[in-house]
Amino acid sequence: MAYSNKVIDHYENPRNVGAFDKDDVGVATGMVGAPACGDVMKLQIKVNEQGIIEDAKFKTYGCGSAIASSSLVTEWVKGKSLAQAEQIKNTDIAQELALPPVKIHCSILAEDAIKAAIADYKQKHGG
Amino acid sequence: MNYFQLFNLPAQFDLDLTELGSRYLKLQKQFHPDQHSSGSERDKLLAVQQTANINDAYHSLKQPLLRAEHLLALRGLKISNEQRSFTDPMFLMQQMELREQLAEIALSDDPDSMIDSIERQLQQQKKQLLKQLASALDAQTAEQDQLAADLIRKLKFFFKLQQELELIEQQLQD
Repeated sequence: MAYSNKVIDHYENPRNVGAFDKDDVGVATGMVGAPACGDVMKLQIKVNEQGIIEDAKFKTYGCGSAIASSSLVTEWVKGKSLAQAEQIKNTDIAQELALPPVKIHCSILAEDAIKAAIADYKQKHGG
Repeated sequence: MNYFQLFNLPAQFDLDLTELGSRYLKLQKQFHPDQHSSGSERDKLLAVQQTANINDAYHSLKQPLLRAEHLLALRGLKISNEQRSFTDPMFLMQQMELREQLAEIALSDDPDSMIDSIERQLQQQKKQLLKQLASALDAQTAEQDQLAADLIRKLKFFFKLQQELELIEQQLQD
């Protein structure tokens, strides 16, 4: 299958790969997986006292589209408030990366990962 | 279509694979298009269609995960094409760690023993999950069916890991 140039760019030069210390104040983690293809995605955010996402990191085991989707989301959420980051839709990710229909689930995974990280943050900080 | 009915076998997870194999061969012979070469065009078409059904049914029942999915589908719980993300953090953390171990094989001084040790872990986990899946499916309650669906999802991750491990093994041999 032919990947779009944007997918290849994110795949070859993934942004923000890595991890934060999960015990750091302000760090929250979202873990999601796709049983159908066995992909696993970890997305972490670092939130400052003003409730803005200062930094984000990810680690994804999966296909090029899954890696590109998570890489893109870490770029997008930086500088956003939690409420803004929560608005990211899988369709925006799929459109930006020009994902074919069979790879839409990769963008769903990335949307669910950022949502899970935000939920983890809210749980740690009492809603 | 009920694949169990097609082979006249009880709709249960614990299946006699030898029996399935011999019934498959018998049915295949019976509906083989060559047997219907003297029939009408419609008969021939039906035989071709039936052969395709028999093949699909056999391949689905032979593999434990597909068999379990089919059983759940017959009970009204369809999970084969779902796109919902799996969100059990503890389980996914373990998956992440196993993936990291796989990535370390290539860097190891003794890749063979590392492969063996991961292989053993995967087999053990798979065996345990398959056992749990069998008893969840036997219970035939809505609650246990949901549990079975989750166990199938977990097993899919392990089957994927197994594939990845086999790929790494091949690459090392080459």
